Order: sequence, then structure tokens, then C-alpha cells
Amino acid sequence: MTDTAIVAEGLRKTYKGVAALDGFRLNVPAGTVCGLLGPNGAGKTTAVRILATLLSFDAGRVVVAGADVAREPRLVRERIALTGQYSAVDGSLSGRQNLVLFGRLHHLGRRAARARADELLEQFDLTGAADRSASEYSGGMQRRLDLAASLIRAPRVLFLDEPTTGLDPRSRNQVWDTVRKLVADGTTVLLTTQYLDEADQLADRISVVDTGRVVAEGTPDELKAEIGADRLEVVVRDADRLVDTAALLSRVAGAEADTDPDTRRLRVPVTDRVDALVETARALRDAGIAVDDLGIRRPTLDEAFLRLTGHAAAALAPLSPEETR
Amino acid sequence: MTSALADGWTMTGRYLRHVVREPEQIILYFSLPIMFVLVFGYVFGSGMAVGGDSYREFLLPGVFVMTQLYGLGATATAISLDINRGVVDRFRSMPTARSALMVGRSAADLVRALIEMAVLLVCGLLVGWQANRGLAPALAAIGLILLLRLALTWVGMYLGSVVPNPDTVSLIVFPLAFPLTALSNVFVAPEQMPAWLGAISQWNPISATVAAARELFGNPGLGGDAWPAEHAVLLAVAWPVALIVIFAPLAVRRYRMLGR
Repeated sequence: MTDTAIVAEGLRKTYKGVAALDGFRLNVPAGTVCGLLGPNGAGKTTAVRILATLLSFDAGRVVVAGADVAREPRLVRERIALTGQYSAVDGSLSGRQNLVLFGRLHHLGRRAARARADELLEQFDLTGAADRSASEYSGGMQRRLDLAASLIRAPRVLFLDEPTTGLDPRSRNQVWDTVRKLVADGTTVLLTTQYLDEADQLADRISVVDTGRVVAEGTPDELKAEIGADRLEVVVRDADRLVDTAALLSRVAGAEADTDPDTRRLRVPVTDRVDALVETARALRDAGIAVDDLGIRRPTLDEAFLRLTGHAAAALAPLSPEETR
Repeated sequence: MTSALADGWTMTGRYLRHVVREPEQIILYFSLPIMFVLVFGYVFGSGMAVGGDSYREFLLPGVFVMTQLYGLGATATAISLDINRGVVDRFRSMPTARSALMVGRSAADLVRALIEMAVLLVCGLLVGWQANRGLAPALAAIGLILLLRLALTWVGMYLGSVVPNPDTVSLIVFPLAFPLTALSNVFVAPEQMPAWLGAISQWNPISATVAAARELFGNPGLGGDAWPAEHAVLLAVAWPVALIVIFAPLAVRRYRMLGR
């Protein structure tokens, strides 16, 4: 087995003269989870479709699971699996029939395909619904079936394109647990997501994608550290004291404080966390300023993203997947 | 090559399972041709005559062919659904032969067409239709109808890969199929139409197969001495072959374009 599961260099893909990917690069060590994070239209899905042999590309070099995507696509297909944004299962067939079908199309024998289907139904808690039409499944069940279909032949690299979009929190946690188990067993996972907390939870390393290229790369902590200092936050009880408090914070921290009058919240970057907290608390008490909240905040990935791409974090989806079903 | 055949066969099994799992669709599907037989055969049939012969015996071969034409809708919808729901993406990311989807669908459509023909033949015999020239010509007629179905399957697969939304497929198929049956010899003999309309009707690919089927079944309505009527069997082979030659490469090309 190679140590690097996915290598992409200088990847370029143009649609009708518009570059969807331009100099895209990626390096994912085997047995890790890489998160591709970026807003809609950043090129995440295009990148995954190219890596999964679904889409041709104009320039660059791509090696997935030890095989060259352009020259040996069939070999790549034997070693990967893809779970897309929608449940790619046949709604007219039952869950079991779906898994047997995909097993047969993976060239398993009839008996082996049935046995594997039963195993996966059990593993994904679908045995009770095995003979119902997949179209009658709930959103979470369909996604589980979809994931099960990707695991018929233990893939070396699994592509998950926004795997929890539109799932309720419980189903989302189930998908996350499954991904963690797969990685523990040695599968490499490339995950695209618009959800920062999903990338934070699952990914060993994150590549931030914007306008067709990777604009930053690192562990979630590294990316957060990249925007620098922690922040001290104060919420004052009385809006009249906002100006006093801002002056006080600036004096203690030696930096300009941001003020949000609507929430009566003030923020200031600090270097020495404990000293800043103690001094601020003392100064606030001495000045007789009542506070509702006082604390040190680490930067969030939202802020990291804003800093890295210059886009407002509003370009991203809300922090947590909404419940749709 | 053998694995390509095996994959195609697996896919055939998949599409046939749809028939078994959704029998209500089949019942719905047969309601149209059976309604045509009853409404046209009994309501209008008493007021229409084709050279003194039974209108029902004239009508039935037309209904056989028309049913195959409407089968195109199911084909197009199935392919469009597969593409839009990402099922095709899954197939394409697997070591499955790329030909499997279309080969499988064609084979499944032929099996469906055989089942449909069996039901329609029994219906026909019940309302007094019969094949008057014996078994071999009757089988040849059925063979020509199935050949047209195969051609229409490729048209359907092309449509299904062009139309972006599965829901619009059925909206497109009816306005496409209806004029083809109305401007054909299915319900009215072309020589009873105005001359220019009759000419259009006679050269219609649907009419070719219907005329050939009438000839081979020994049913009335041979269509006079116009060239297309005299060479109905030839045209009933040529038209479907031409449709396959045009639409099979177009459908395959659309399928390949998914990767561009």
C-alpha cells in the first residue's frame, strides 16, 4: 500500500471558458480524513468528481489509491467508492435488492452479493427495513443505505460529497460514527462539506477551497492558529457603559476593542490569556461596571474561513445542518 | 467483454424488477390501449367501416404499435431518473461496464414489450380480432413490432439523457407521441384523408409498422397502391433501423458527455 492515498497537482478544469479548478492541489496521506471546506461553487464537487473518475480534466496529474486517474480509471474504480450529495440508490428497489445489485455490478457472485448485502444491512441497522422500497426510507435511512452501497467492496479511498447535507442531527452523528470506524480500519476519506463543525469534528487535515484552488491547508487547530490571537470577550449589562468598557479593554490589552452595541458585546485580541482575564476582571470591578459574561474565546473556523478567503462567513451554510425531515 | 455482457444482464434484471415491484404502473400502462380498443372499436367502430370490413380488426394492429410508442415514455423517465438521482454517477464510479445501463435497458424493454404484446394479443382475440394468415406471418408481424420498440427504446434513452428534469419527460413524450399516432394509419386509413395528409400519414414510421402488421396478420386496411403501402414490410424494417442508426450514437454520446 502506498503512503499517499490521493495526490493532485496543478489540476485544471474549464467549463465553457470558465475555470472551475485552476491549479488545484491536494495531498492526502493514507488512512486519514481530509476535509475540503469551501462555499458553494468553490470547486469542491468538481474536484471530487475528477478524483472519482467521473469527470475529465484539462491539465494536471491525479493519482488515487496508487493508480493514475487519467490512464488507469478502471483500476481507480476498483479501489474507490463515492457517496454523493443525493442518495444514489434505486428508489423502486428494496434496500436489500439495491445492495445485491451493486454487489453484482462489483462482480461479486450471486451468493457472495447476497451475503454481503445481509452483512451491510445488519451493520447499518437496516435489517428491519431490508425488503421495503428504498423510496419509502427516511432521509437518514437512505443516506445509510447509500453509504452501505459504497462499502460493498471495502474501498481504499472513500469520497464523501457533503454526506450530511439535509440530515437531522441524529442521522448526522450516525454518519460521523461510521466514518470514524472506517478510518480506524484504514480507509482514507476525502470529505467535502460546507459545515465548519463537520470538518472540525472529522478531518485530520482541512483544505480550504475557494475559486477553484486550495487557499489554505492544515489541521483544524493550525488553521485556527493562523488567524492568530485568542480574544477576550465582555458582555456588559448596561449599554451606557459600552464606551467606558471599550476604553478599559484597550488599556488592559493594548489593542483596539470591537464593540457590538446590539449584543452589548466587546472583543479585544489578547496574548497572555490568564493575565488579561485577571486584570480585566479587576479593572471592571474597580470601575463598577456590571457584566453578564466575561471570558476568553478561541477563534472559530468561521473566522478562519473569513480571514483566509475574504468572504463573509455567510457564504457558508449555517453552523449545524438543519433538520429537514 | 464477458463482464460487459454480465453487467448488462444484471442491469436488465434491475429494470425488470421495477415491473414486478410496481405492478400498478403496468395496470395503468395497459389502461390506455385497452381503452382505445373499447372506445374506438365499439363506440366509433359502429359508425366507421373500412371497405366493409370490421373496424376492430383494422384497429388492433394499430393499437399494438401505438402501445409500443407510448412505452418510450417509461424508458425516457427511467434513464432521466437514474441520471438525476446520481445512480448513474454511482455506476460510473464502479468497475461496471459503461455500456451496462443502455444495453440493460434495451433488453429489459424488449422483455416488457413481449409481455405487453401477449396481453394485447389476448385482448384482441377477446374482441374478435384474429391473425388470418397463419402462425409464421403473425410471428413476423410481432417481430417487426418489437423491432420498432427497440428503435423507440433508443429514442427514449436519448430523450431521457437530454431532458434535465425527470418530471418534464412525461410532459414532452405525449405531445411528441400523440401527433405521430394521429397522423398515421392507426385510427384512419390514409386514403380516407385529404391527399397531403394521407401522404404524411403513409410515410410515418408508425404507419409503416402498422401497415406491415396488417399485411402479415391478414387484417383489412392495406392502404391502396401508394409506394409506402406496397412496400410496407420493407419500410417497417428500414425505419426502425434508421432510427437506431441515428439515436443510438446520439444517446451514447450524451452518456459520454456526462464525463466532460
